[in-house]
Amino acid sequence: MYLPDFDYYAPESIGDVCRMLTEYEDSMILSGGTDVLPKMKNAVLAPKTLISLKRVILNEPGMKSISYEEGRGMVIGGACTHNELVFSEVLQSKYASVSHAAQSIAANQVRHAGTIAGNIINAVPSADLPPILIALNASVTLVGINGARSLSLESLFVGPGKTVIERDEVLTEVVIPDQAMTGSAYFKYGLRKAGALATVGVAAALQMEGNRILDIRLAFGAVAPVPMRAPQTESFLKGKEATEENLEAAAAIAHDECKPITDFRASEEYRRDLVGVYSKRAIRKAIADGHR
Amino acid sequence: MSEKFLLDDNGIKRFLVTINVNGIDYTKMVKANTLLASFLRDDLDLTGTKRGCELGDCGSCTVLVDGKPMNSCLILALEADHKKIVTIEGVSTTDDLDIVQEKFLEFGAIQCGYCSPGMIMSAKALLMRNPHPTYEEIADGIAGNLCRCSGYINIIRAILSASGQEVENY
Repeated sequence: MYLPDFDYYAPESIGDVCRMLTEYEDSMILSGGTDVLPKMKNAVLAPKTLISLKRVILNEPGMKSISYEEGRGMVIGGACTHNELVFSEVLQSKYASVSHAAQSIAANQVRHAGTIAGNIINAVPSADLPPILIALNASVTLVGINGARSLSLESLFVGPGKTVIERDEVLTEVVIPDQAMTGSAYFKYGLRKAGALATVGVAAALQMEGNRILDIRLAFGAVAPVPMRAPQTESFLKGKEATEENLEAAAAIAHDECKPITDFRASEEYRRDLVGVYSKRAIRKAIADGHR
Repeated sequence: MSEKFLLDDNGIKRFLVTINVNGIDYTKMVKANTLLASFLRDDLDLTGTKRGCELGDCGSCTVLVDGKPMNSCLILALEADHKKIVTIEGVSTTDDLDIVQEKFLEFGAIQCGYCSPGMIMSAKALLMRNPHPTYEEIADGIAGNLCRCSGYINIIRAILSASGQEVENY
């Protein structure tokens, strides 16, 4: 397939990337390329200039590292590939749920190229990482010409393909803060075991005391224009015992609370049913297995 | 920004890249939109790497980039600058076939053959990381390679056998 002509730069620093993004009309960042290049081949995107991060990654080790920082939490560089999330020992030991979500993306070859920042900034409703990261109350660092800002991942998304990220900004890290949540899990329903976009994705993070749910955060993917929280289901469950009756009742609330559409992958009603069933499964797993 | 380039007669930039393919450094001029798959096939005449869907779904263009299996249809030649690439032509470093190639023949894991180069590269990458994979781990390891003859069973059995495990050959 034909890849149209474009100009190409590979600047040395994030500051240069930010400047070029504003200086060059119709410019875009090229990182993993698993989204930008197919879209260019299909003429969905036609940037005049691609700004590669290949040298920034060499010069700024933080862009490619996954580490636990005392006081900040788990810090994941924006250019980390999905497979780097899958194989990271430190991430697996603290939040294996995030590694599992990364492993559910596409197939091996794509997971070696696609990045966590790309999965987020594309703002595709079915993306697999945002639900579990939102459930874990993650924030992102955006670096622009006027410096860096941090904002919660939940507030980043505006609509399908739309975020509050400014033209000159680069997503440099994702931070999962230290938390009281004792467990988390992501469940995805796709039409195949691999290489499928989520028909529904459900993430849960919760804090247990004995069999009582002290706190819970639920995040659903592919059932609304943006990854959505489930405030009604959450407030129903808070303070309640994790009994099957309560989980059934919560599933019914989640079923009604989500806002799916009918498309070629599934009907609205089927997605609602899936959200109910997968909410129960995610909650049960987060209770039984912690963050594993 | 230290990319070296010349302008051709049409005013299009031609960049200088050095890519190590199967142990040999190749220094060539490429356009910004030259894909690694095109670089391998058209510039180096290494046509074992196949173009399939060209969108990252089918895996027939799989090569090893610094040891990792990746779709060469989704990598710019410029992004592969100074990287080490292994293609199906370099999978064996001797005059004999690699054990994975050998087992693909033995187990009839090749039907039309179009997916085979990519399949074998994914299998090599899997076996380098995990020398004794289970059936399920192999299925997952080649999930990004589509065989439209649907000959997956024999492919998985060939890879099991290449890893030294007992497999009955029907």
